[in-house]
Amino acid sequence: MLQLNNVTSGYGATTILHDLSLEVKEGEVVTIVGGNGAGKTTTLRTVSGLIETTSGSITFEGEDITHLPAHQVVDRGITLIPEARQLFSEMSVLENIQMGAYRTAAKSQYNQRLEEVLTLFPRVKERLQQRAESLSGGEQQMVAIARGMMACPKLLMFDEPSLGLAPIVVSQVFEVVKQIAKSGTTVLIVEQNVNQTLKVADRAYVIENGKIVMNGQAQELMGDDHIRKAYLGI
Amino acid sequence: MDLLFSLVINGLMLGSLYAMVSVGLTLIFGITKVINFAHGEFMMIGMMLTYIITTYLGIHPYLTLVFVVPLLFLLGIVVQKYLIEPLKDSDEHIQIFATVGLSIAMINLVLMLAGSNNFNTPSSGLRETLGLGAATVLTGQVVIMLCSIFMVGGLHLFLTKTQMGRAIRATAQNRNAAQLMGINVSRINMVTFGIGIACVGIAAVLLSPLYPVNAQTGQSFVLIAFVIVVMGGLGSIAGAFYAALIIGLVDAFAGFYLGSSLKDVAVFGIFLLVLIFRPSGLFGNARKLAHVS
Ligand SMILES: Nc1ncnc2c1ncn2[C@@H]1O[C@H](COP(=O)(O)OP(=O)(O)OP(=O)(O)O)[C@@H](O)[C@H]1O
Ligand SMILES: [Mg+2]
Repeated sequence: MLQLNNVTSGYGATTILHDLSLEVKEGEVVTIVGGNGAGKTTTLRTVSGLIETTSGSITFEGEDITHLPAHQVVDRGITLIPEARQLFSEMSVLENIQMGAYRTAAKSQYNQRLEEVLTLFPRVKERLQQRAESLSGGEQQMVAIARGMMACPKLLMFDEPSLGLAPIVVSQVFEVVKQIAKSGTTVLIVEQNVNQTLKVADRAYVIENGKIVMNGQAQELMGDDHIRKAYLGI
Repeated sequence: MDLLFSLVINGLMLGSLYAMVSVGLTLIFGITKVINFAHGEFMMIGMMLTYIITTYLGIHPYLTLVFVVPLLFLLGIVVQKYLIEPLKDSDEHIQIFATVGLSIAMINLVLMLAGSNNFNTPSSGLRETLGLGAATVLTGQVVIMLCSIFMVGGLHLFLTKTQMGRAIRATAQNRNAAQLMGINVSRINMVTFGIGIACVGIAAVLLSPLYPVNAQTGQSFVLIAFVIVVMGGLGSIAGAFYAALIIGLVDAFAGFYLGSSLKDVAVFGIFLLVLIFRPSGLFGNARKLAHVS
């Protein structure tokens, strides 16, 4: 479904990703794990078109999307739930969720999707009229996920959805990721919480210094010595 | 008492005129973060167009709205697309130079074509006086007052109740996240610039039957418009509206009690006081310059 072929990208003159290749197949949950500054966020931002790809190519459903501007990538069916939530802080929770359905393909399914999302997040439902910035961190993360889901994407990308959340909320977030995957949406997820992520993922890539250094079935990687030492702290 | 009432009414009339001129400026700044130093010149062009269309077609000046407003909307879009947008990755200063340059170019273009003459749009009865209790006002001023309320209310409804309006506010609050929703941010900037210029176009049409226009007319309004935008809290439409009314009142009272030579001192004195005690403007919030509601 999504393919990155020898992608190089970065910020201005600084190259962060070097010849990075990876693939996400339809219906899969794929995770990218790696330490701080390894290039996980950069990878997702490159796919979404927020960062220009300097060489290599990105294809989605067989079509080249390498140089599409961000809003057209969304139109194709790829939505990123960004790191640190990035809500429209002065808008109400409901308005944030409405913005999620801005994509043309999402508009016809708005009512049905809204109901689904609010069933998934009852706490969000109770706070629809509140300003987004007045919510707690965990509630804001739920709104960010709900907003991303409203786009009815074919591929949903998560950047550290559990960052800064209490353990119980973290489990809820992973539960939601599982449900989203079960409903047929393909998922690409980046997480510090490697242990829990490998449990919900089918396959995983390990990224270091902007390069993929290892990849395989999530189950296998969980048993790998290097992974266990570097990311699971065992 | 009658004098007081009359000064208040005249102050509010003047204030609503200032509001009409400032609303587009604050909208453009609030959303696109561009300080449009050519704002007054767009108004001057609008007034020139009103004069030309009214005299050549022999129609009521208000009817020129159907030509002037769409024309200025398009002009705004063209300027955003071909002048501002190409500079989006360069320094803020460069954008400021660009709009200052545009302002100078527009003034000189008009000077070249029309010289420094004053042009009087036919007043069509809009300069006739109307008694409002103890106060006397011009019919055209009452229209401006009512229209300024409709303009501010209409913009508010547009920004809060329509999909496009929400997309505009979302872009102002978080540009990256807006792109991630599928919003074409360049297009939003274009539309916003167009709307801001269309607003000053409405002001231009309503103003034309009351004031003569020449190449410099924009300059005499734009300074006060900037004062109002800053006082209203940079980017706040409601803030600009109230700030404009306050400035109108100060202007009227100072004009009467201090004389016209000193009234500007009072206006800028108030402005400085506001900046000293409320640096983010009367209605602004230091944290959120993009507050639009
Ligand atoms: N806007 C930017 N400008 C310049 N360099 C940046 C920018 N954002 C990130 N970088 C650099 O790119 C590298 C990769 O960053 P990235 O955010 O992709 O890491 P990450 O794997 O997501 O890390 P984390 O787990 O801490 O979120 C880092 O060295 C970082 O300093
Ligand atoms: Mg990151």
